[in-house]
Amino acid sequence: MIDDSLVDLSRWQFAITALYHFLFVPLTIGMTWILVIMESVYVMTGRQIYKDMTKFWGKLFGINFAIGVTTGLTMEFEFGTNWAYYSHYVGDVFGAPLAIEGLMAFFMESTLVGMFFLSWDRLTKRQHLAVTFFMALGTNFSALWILVANAWMQNPIGAEFNYQTMRMEMQSFTEIVFNPVAQVKFIHTVSAGYVAGSMFVLGISSYYLLKGRDIAFAKRSFSVAAAFGLASILCVILLGDESGYEVGDIQKVKLAAIEAEWETEEAPAAFTLIGLPDQDAHHTDYAIKIPYALGLIATRSLDKTVTGIVDLEKAHEEKIKLGMKAYEYLVKLRAGDESPENIAQFDRYKEHLGYGLLLKRYTPNVVDATDAQIQAAVKDTIPPVMPLFFSFRVMVGCGVLMLIILSLSFYYNAKRQITEKRWLLRAALYGIPLPWIAIETGWFVAEFGRQPWAISEVLPTFMATSSLNASDVLITMVGFIIFYTILAVIEFWLMFKFARLGPSSLHTGRYHFEKEQQKLSGLHSDLAN
Amino acid sequence: MFDYETLKLIWWLIIGVLLICFAITDGMDMGVGALLPFVAKTDQERRVVINTVGAHWDGNQVWFITAGAALFAAWPPVYGTAFSSFYFAMMLVLFALFLRPLAFDYRSKIESDKWRNNWDWAIFVGSSVPPLVFGVAFGNLFLGAPFSFDEFLKVTYTGSFFELFHPFALLCGVVSVAMIVFHGAVWINLRADHIIAQRTPKIINISVVVLVLAFVLGGVYLTQIDGYMLTQIADKNAAPDLLNKTVERATGAWLNNYTLMPLTMLLPLSAIALALGSALLVKVKRPGYALLASSLMLMAIIATAGVSLFPFILPSSSFMDHSLTIWDAVSSEKTLNIMLLVVSFFLPLIISYTTWCYVKMWRRVTVQEISENEHSAY
Ligand code: HDD
Ligand code: HEM
Ligand code: HEM
Repeated sequence: MIDDSLVDLSRWQFAITALYHFLFVPLTIGMTWILVIMESVYVMTGRQIYKDMTKFWGKLFGINFAIGVTTGLTMEFEFGTNWAYYSHYVGDVFGAPLAIEGLMAFFMESTLVGMFFLSWDRLTKRQHLAVTFFMALGTNFSALWILVANAWMQNPIGAEFNYQTMRMEMQSFTEIVFNPVAQVKFIHTVSAGYVAGSMFVLGISSYYLLKGRDIAFAKRSFSVAAAFGLASILCVILLGDESGYEVGDIQKVKLAAIEAEWETEEAPAAFTLIGLPDQDAHHTDYAIKIPYALGLIATRSLDKTVTGIVDLEKAHEEKIKLGMKAYEYLVKLRAGDESPENIAQFDRYKEHLGYGLLLKRYTPNVVDATDAQIQAAVKDTIPPVMPLFFSFRVMVGCGVLMLIILSLSFYYNAKRQITEKRWLLRAALYGIPLPWIAIETGWFVAEFGRQPWAISEVLPTFMATSSLNASDVLITMVGFIIFYTILAVIEFWLMFKFARLGPSSLHTGRYHFEKEQQKLSGLHSDLAN
Repeated sequence: MFDYETLKLIWWLIIGVLLICFAITDGMDMGVGALLPFVAKTDQERRVVINTVGAHWDGNQVWFITAGAALFAAWPPVYGTAFSSFYFAMMLVLFALFLRPLAFDYRSKIESDKWRNNWDWAIFVGSSVPPLVFGVAFGNLFLGAPFSFDEFLKVTYTGSFFELFHPFALLCGVVSVAMIVFHGAVWINLRADHIIAQRTPKIINISVVVLVLAFVLGGVYLTQIDGYMLTQIADKNAAPDLLNKTVERATGAWLNNYTLMPLTMLLPLSAIALALGSALLVKVKRPGYALLASSLMLMAIIATAGVSLFPFILPSSSFMDHSLTIWDAVSSEKTLNIMLLVVSFFLPLIISYTTWCYVKMWRRVTVQEISENEHSAY
């Protein structure tokens, strides 16, 4: 039987380690391009301050990068250790983008990151810029391939189930790579990373401006961040949610859930700005609605409908019943009865096999499921609406706030009035956590909204685990929590220390704290004379 | 292009190549890390040692990551079975591996002896635990693990963590640590300041003796333990069927391949010759050639293990017919074909830019260089 606590713990473990990994990933993705911009200006103008900027922000980037690598290792292990059946069931498809990520992206970024830090004296200016550029490219390739893998979990196209090997097998590699969900996800996630990098540089530069330190250095960094950030946030908001939601049933479920759209409405549907979803009653209390908006956001049109949860559930019930048939024939085939009729029957129903497997949670034989069990499985197909509804609004809210901060920063910077707008500098400084909040809630929406599926409509999450004891997972989870907490403390401490110190940490003698010291020692020597 | 059977064989070779590159490159970093507290006394000296691999350790580590991902893509049942069965061993490796990136990066950022000492120990642990566990795990491939599949091919492991510490597996752990330490010492000899390099010949001599003895002993031990033989398997070109084959066990069977193909005897013999030769080259002050020899030695040792096991990857000791072999624990023909194309394109590319980086950074790292770059070196 299914061990619910093992499933829950495995999910928690994956969620914690993935969300933790993704605290560091966006900054890497965003900062690498900011470094490329700064270094390009240095190479073009030859002005030392841009080299110092590259080196200083590179230092902060390095502190973040190391922990990004560390936590990525966990992710690489985890599919095998904690999701062994998942690995067996979809490895034929899912393993490929992961391996390509290693070959195409990780090698590039990791081989070059060492060069970025240590080869300043050994390469020409242009060679070093090339190193920085390809490091940034590698980082983005890494995002591309992992998101191709992740998108396949949301919308598993280009693959088919093979009863002989009991797994999904690749049919079309190009379909998997050009998965529309992957394209949307890539643009949205990568630009979210650019936003994170920009807000980080913007906020810390504002801090120096507020303190009146290293003004020239801070102003230039601020300009780069404001321009890059504004372009990126527009990308996130305008391109992010486009078109990915018409393909695949699971994306429809997610959309209905984040909108708490219980009944299918006449097109164009209204957008619920805020309210209190009640899952059992299929109703949203205290809803404030904006007419037409949902139709526009979700379908980019005024005449397409957004399917509501009640209708989705009805469709799922049908699919579960067909899935029971698929399961019945699969069992016969596995028992060795490979007659052409059995194969033909199985082929007829096999696209619904995943829905049949949902019943395994309630009855091991599946085919003998009662009506009540089928109803329970139908209920499982809709993830809890409330957390999705609110997380989505938090993400969008952060997006709007950042759009305001970045637009104003860009505007006043262009008018050269930025140092006078202390309230804006303060907003930028305290706004540093905003991208992280948006990003983590965004991933929560994407992944929690996929439940109960590990692979949409193919493999339920509860079947995907390894055959471990719940206590095994509990032990390692405690280990992760302790270890990760210590790492976070060290990382944050270093990051704050170097951010406060600013470019003085380069020990060039040109920046604030060292000048202070020089002044002091100058005084001493004056006295001595 | 190739038929399925040939593809399966090619993928066995590719995984082997990835593991060998991992041992040569990241193994070198691990050897360096494991020796850090012993060859370098002062802070400056330690920084010299760290900076011999400073620009490369991160890229080197990707051989490991990629080998793991290639396992996932090409041999999914192996990835799932091995990682979940050896759960705590894997977690031990993982937690040890956490320490290195952080230690390399953070160590010299703060000027405090306590801070730096702690990170040095982190490097030591992060560099010595993984080779030990990998060695023990490799040993367990020869011993088999108690796992089986149900009718839907979900794997269940019935062993325990402590069962992994069979004397033969521990011996393999010794081989693994000795070869990594040896390789790391040869690297330090080649690339670190002379003050430090001159301390390595002693370590090289000791580790080569331990390595050769343990390796030979391992060979002798293999004649005494049960090996596995694949006596019948369905069509190797059809869809792989994990449960449909016959496997038998016999004492000493792991050496069968050497009688079947006597030429393969050259592998273990050259491993020993290369180890001794490499140590000799250090003695006559040819550290560059010594590194080449020790790299080839790692290749020969890993190839020896692979050939002995062939065609097994991970035998099952409780349900022998459920053993994982290179014929049935593989991905579909399509996936193997596509991934072969990808690998053939990227592997040469990776090797060329990695070589470029090594060439650009090639020098003996001196104490003087470190003190001149106090704030930018690792
Ligand atoms: C959208 C981007 C993205 C996503 C969804 C993930 N990662 Fe990641 N990962 C990166 C983007 C990234 C990166 C930007 O490439 C990192 C972050 C910081 C870094 O050093 O590289 C990285 C590092 C990183 C590393 C270390 C690589 C190295 O040494 O260069 C590994 C092994 C993984 N990741 C594995 C994973 C796995 C198995 C994931 C899925 C669960 C995953 N990551 C999610
Ligand atoms: C390619 C990248 C990723 C893959 C392949 C992936 C895959 C998975 C898997 C296998 C699970 C466990 C089973 C499940 O509950 O469905 C899971 C859960 C989860 N993942 Fe991801 N994930 C990826 C990226 C991320 C990232 C980057 C984050 C966030 C930072 C994330 C957040 C979560 C969360 C929050 C859950 C838990 C959902 C729940 O409560 O069940 N995932 N994901
Ligand atoms: C303001 C308008 C925004 C809209 C309409 C929007 C829409 C969405 C939607 C619908 C998802 C779920 C995707 C899925 O389930 O596949 C998502 C996920 C996500 N969002 Fe947003 N988002 C917005 C702003 C932001 C901002 C400002 C950030 C961060 C800076 C962000 C970061 C993310 C991330 C990292 C994910 C998870 C990855 C993914 O599925 O693409 N979003 N977003």
